[in-house]
Parts: sequence; C-alpha cells; structure tokens
Amino acid sequence: MSRIDITFAKLKQHNRKALIPFITAGDPSPEQTVPLLHALVAAGADVLELGVPFSDPMADGPTIQRASERALKKGVTLRSVLALVAEFRKQDANTPVVLMGYGNPIEAMGWDVFAQRCADVGVDGVLTVDFPPEESHDAFEHLQRHNIAPIFLLAPTTNEARIQQVAKLARGYVYYVSLKGVTGSGSIDLSAIEEKMPQLRKHIKLPIGVGFGIRDAVTAKAVAKLCDGVVVGSRIVQEIEDSTAQNVVENVGRLVKELRQAI
Amino acid sequence: MYNFPDNTGHFGQFGGVYMAETLIPAVEELTAQYLRFKDDPEFKAELAYELKHYVGRPSPVYHAKRLSEHLGGAQIYLKREDLNHTGAHKINSAMGQALLAKRMGKKRVIAETGAGMHGVATATVAARFGMECIVYMGAEDIQRQAPNVFRMKLLGAKVVPVESGSKTLKDACNEAIRDWVTNVEDTFYIFGTAAGPHPYPMMVRDFQSIIGKEAKVQMPEMIGRQPDAVIACVGGGSNAIGLFHPYIEVPEVQIIGVEAGGYGIASGKHAAPLTANAKVGVLHGNRVNLMQDEDGQIIETHSISAGLDYPGVGPEHCLLNEIGRAQYVASNDDEAIAAFDALCRFEGIIPALESSHALAHAMKIAPGMDKDKVLLVNLSGRGDKDMNTVARIKGITL
Ligand SMILES: Cc1ncc(COP(=O)(O)O)c(C=O)c1O
Repeated sequence: MSRIDITFAKLKQHNRKALIPFITAGDPSPEQTVPLLHALVAAGADVLELGVPFSDPMADGPTIQRASERALKKGVTLRSVLALVAEFRKQDANTPVVLMGYGNPIEAMGWDVFAQRCADVGVDGVLTVDFPPEESHDAFEHLQRHNIAPIFLLAPTTNEARIQQVAKLARGYVYYVSLKGVTGSGSIDLSAIEEKMPQLRKHIKLPIGVGFGIRDAVTAKAVAKLCDGVVVGSRIVQEIEDSTAQNVVENVGRLVKELRQAI
Repeated sequence: MYNFPDNTGHFGQFGGVYMAETLIPAVEELTAQYLRFKDDPEFKAELAYELKHYVGRPSPVYHAKRLSEHLGGAQIYLKREDLNHTGAHKINSAMGQALLAKRMGKKRVIAETGAGMHGVATATVAARFGMECIVYMGAEDIQRQAPNVFRMKLLGAKVVPVESGSKTLKDACNEAIRDWVTNVEDTFYIFGTAAGPHPYPMMVRDFQSIIGKEAKVQMPEMIGRQPDAVIACVGGGSNAIGLFHPYIEVPEVQIIGVEAGGYGIASGKHAAPLTANAKVGVLHGNRVNLMQDEDGQIIETHSISAGLDYPGVGPEHCLLNEIGRAQYVASNDDEAIAAFDALCRFEGIIPALESSHALAHAMKIAPGMDKDKVLLVNLSGRGDKDMNTVARIKGITL
C-alpha cells in the first residue's frame, strides 16, 4: 500500500477527515520550506500538497501567483523542489507528499526522469493542473511504473462521462474543485457540493478531497462533513505572505492547528 | 492529403487540449457547437453578409510597384487586410466567433490583446451585437498601444490592465483564462490567434482562411497565376495561417512565416520560437514550440511590436515547420522599422509594425530575385496604433 492509501485507511478507521494543506515550494524561501512542512505535520496535516512554482500559473488567483513569483525569484526549480522533498523525508517517512503544478516544467525535465526522481526522493502523488486525462498518456505510463499516484481534479462542470474516465485512472485520492474559478477566489457553495457528491461517489471509490475557497475553520468543518478531506491553499499561503521570516513557521502552525481542531 | 487537426485537436504532435478540468467541458461544448454551425447555410450566409457589408471584404490585392522598382527584383504584392473595418485581419475571426457566441446564447465576451487590434475587433463586434465585453491587456502594452485602449473604451469595452509577469500578451492570456474559468457559464472567450486549446487553432484558422481563399482568386486575375511565395508575420499565427492554409496543397507556392527577431536571434531577446528552434512545451492549452529556460519556465520575449511579443506560436505552424511545408525566418526590430518607413514613403501606406516584419523579409529577398517573380505579403494591419512607438524610436515626442 502507498503512503496515501495507508493514510486514508487509518483516517477512516478513526472516523477522521484528512486535512490537506498546500504551500508553494520555496515560498518565502527554500530554506523555510522543509521547516514549514514539518510544522504542518506537527499541527495535524495528513497529506501535504507542495506547489511547484511556474511562470504562468493560469489556474491560480493572485495569492498563489505571488507565492510562485517569490519562489521563482529565489531560483526555485523543479529540481530543487525534488531536493526539498528528499530533505523532508530524512525526518518524516510517513506523511504523503503530493506535488501540484503545471505540466511544462515536468515536460522540460522529461516524464521518465521526473517519475524516477519522484520515486527516489519520496513523492507520492502528482497533480498537473493543465494536463487532463486525454493528454496524460505519457505521464501515466511513467508515474505508474514508479508507483506514483496521478491525482486528478474534478470540477462542478465535470459531467458523468468524465467522472467515470477519471475514476478509472486516478490513484490515491481525487480532488474536487468546489467552485468555478481560480484558487483563492469567491466563497464556496456548500449545498452545491452536497448535491454533486452522490454523483462523484457513484463512480469514485477513492477518497475525495475538496478544495478551493476554504478560508476558515467554520467552512473547513462544514466541508469536511461532506467529503473525506479538505484542501486549504490560498489561506495558508496568505498567512506566509503576511508573516516575517522569524514567525512564519509559528503562524502557519497555529493556523493549521485551528483548522485541524475544527474538522 | 493534408487534413489537420485530427478529431482530438492534434496537428501531429502539436496542439491538443491542455486545460484545467473546469474548462474542459466548455471547450468540448465549443467544439461541438462550432462543428454544428460551421457548415450551416444560415450561419455561413450571415457571416458572409457581415464580412461583405460590415468588414468591407474582399480586401484588395495591391501591386506595390514603386517599392518593387526601388528594390529592383521580385514584384511585391500586398493583401490589404489593413483596409478591413477596425484596421486589421483580427475582425475576420472576431466576427465569426461573435456569431457563434450569439448562437450559443452567450451575452458576455472576453478577449486578450497584445497590440490592441484584436481587442478593438472584439469590442467592435460586441458593440455590433449588444454583448458585454471585457478585454485583458498587459500593462506594458497599454502604454505602447494607447490609441487602441481609447478605441476599445469608446466602443463600450472594459479594458483590464494585467500587471503580472512580463505585463504583455502572454500574461493577458493568463488573465483571460482566469476570467473564463470563473465565468464559464455565461462567457464566450473570443480568442485572438490560431493557438490555444482545440478548437481555437482550427476555428480561428477557418475564419481567417478567407484571406488566402480571396488571394487565390485575386492573384490569377491580376497576374494570370499564383504568386511564387506567400509571406506573413507570425505572432500566434492567425493572419499567417489565414493566408497560408489555402496554399498548403499548391506545391509551387513557397510559404514563408516571419517571426519577430527583436534584437536578433543571437541576443536571446526576441519572439521567434520557430526560427530559434525552441523546445516543444505546453502553454495556454496547446503543445507548441515554446520559448522557455532549461527548467521549463516561460521566458520573457522581446519585440518592438506588441502583437508579435509572444513566447509560443500556433500548433499548425509548428507542424508546417516540422514537415518543411513552410519556412520560418525572423525580421529584427530595426529591419521592421526600415520596412515601415519604406512602405510609408514609396507607397503611401502606413503598415502595422507586425505586418512590417513580413514586409521586411520580402524586401530582404526581393532584390536577389528575377523581376518576374511575385511575392504576396499579407499586410495584416494598419499602423495608426503604432504612432507612439515609432515616434519614440525616432526620438520625437508627439
Ligand atoms: C496587425 C497585426 N498583425 C499581426 C498580428 C499577430 O497576430 P497573428 O500572428 O495571430 O496574426 C497582430 C496581433 O496583434 C496584429 O495586430
């Protein structure tokens, strides 16, 4: 069993929901990424989503765009993100790490090399925002060979046929985007999520995480009731932006603890 | 037989649909609707009517005699897309897409724009059909194409400055995609070039192909045969593919695409992915030759012309380049300016800086060719919008 599967199996046993925080690798600096990841785990994170910065983050709102720009300014590359995961794994052998980003940096490295490196450093899943299943044959082949889970997004606009298609290909968990929009936008519509869930569950037997637009403990709690895990991104990245180098780890830890207690 | 894209939107290894999941159903719906209407007699008749009576087509072909004489070689002919309503080829496709939006019941249209010509064309058709219009434009381009910003506002469009990244066309494109994903239900994205996710490269090409179809009739009328070469500037590639596509299976006609060489290919500061043999990558929904660093980050491009200042190029051009059916070359900033000046002085035509790149290449090769050879250059737009840029280069304050 993979780290992701083990994690969700344990959570289910204890009747708990997964807390899945997102941070951008290298934000605010590469030196602080590994301490931040450990702080997230200490505060109760179950799965870690680590953003790979990209020059053109089309699916992201201003908060994560700025995080990407900060990281790129510090010279962060896909190579260095993988090195950060290797560093993290020295002290944490159990918490799943999912890389989230856009396809082009991976294309530039080559999917074969990338998948091999993921396996070497202990990456568990990969979510490529701009690669839908139709364009991902090459990617899957290489990820599967190394037992790395392809994580897929589903959206309010996704129809039943596409849900079925994703159900066949996905491993680990499936990420349901709770609203039409970019990361960090708007406020989410709980009743719309509740309505969509049965259609998703009908085909998807993997755990379902919900994200986009979860900004506080109250919303996190309400969303957690409807699914298997909540993903919180922009709110945490905002906290990083608002903190200083001295208090960023502490502030992020406090925020994630609040979220953990809520769900 | 040449028949691209395939039904999944691929031009060989290029093209495709690389979009976030939220937009995939919208793109699929657009493909279905386009395929449904493109051969519909009523749609075709309405488009033909608008192109004739509103846009002013067919655009003439003009023999630039004095310029040709001055160069002393091949004869240069110009396909006058600058004479279209709104002053560029962009309206050919904006009109087609607006008529499709109307049939799909979309009341809000969005667009990205670089030089502002596509923004103006979109604002124009939105006004024509009573649609809400939002245009995304890089903050740097807003500076260098100020007259077009004012035109869009006069036409009732909202122009949103984009401050992220390089503040040019690619960033405007990112922002338009962000708008689309947020407002996918009621919004039609009128895309400005023959790139992006399927069906855009095919649909924009089809709408722009009117350029080449007309030329194919006009040239025999004028000179009794087809030209020896067709030449067009390539940003995303819409005016070029519009002229080229009807000529792909006419082997005696050479096809030449002209990219923006900026400060020169060797300087690295250009917008010429095909000429510079840029690695294949994925951006804005399609797989294309793409200017990027070794880590796969998109690099900032440079061109004097905002409409060519883009790191990628449409997938069909990537294919035509790969199979060798078309050649891709670059004209540098200074060559484009020289061509701009020459057309003003010899022919009394002020061309867009984008089109000046195509003309510059024709001026480069014409002197070495026989006088009975014919080069057909796509004069994709007029240069009124470029007054500020050209004045600045010449050290003049307006
Ligand atoms: C007059 C003119 N020509 C050419 C272009 C380049 O676009 P494309 O390569 O799609 O024709 C533009 C774009 O703004 C333009 O305004």
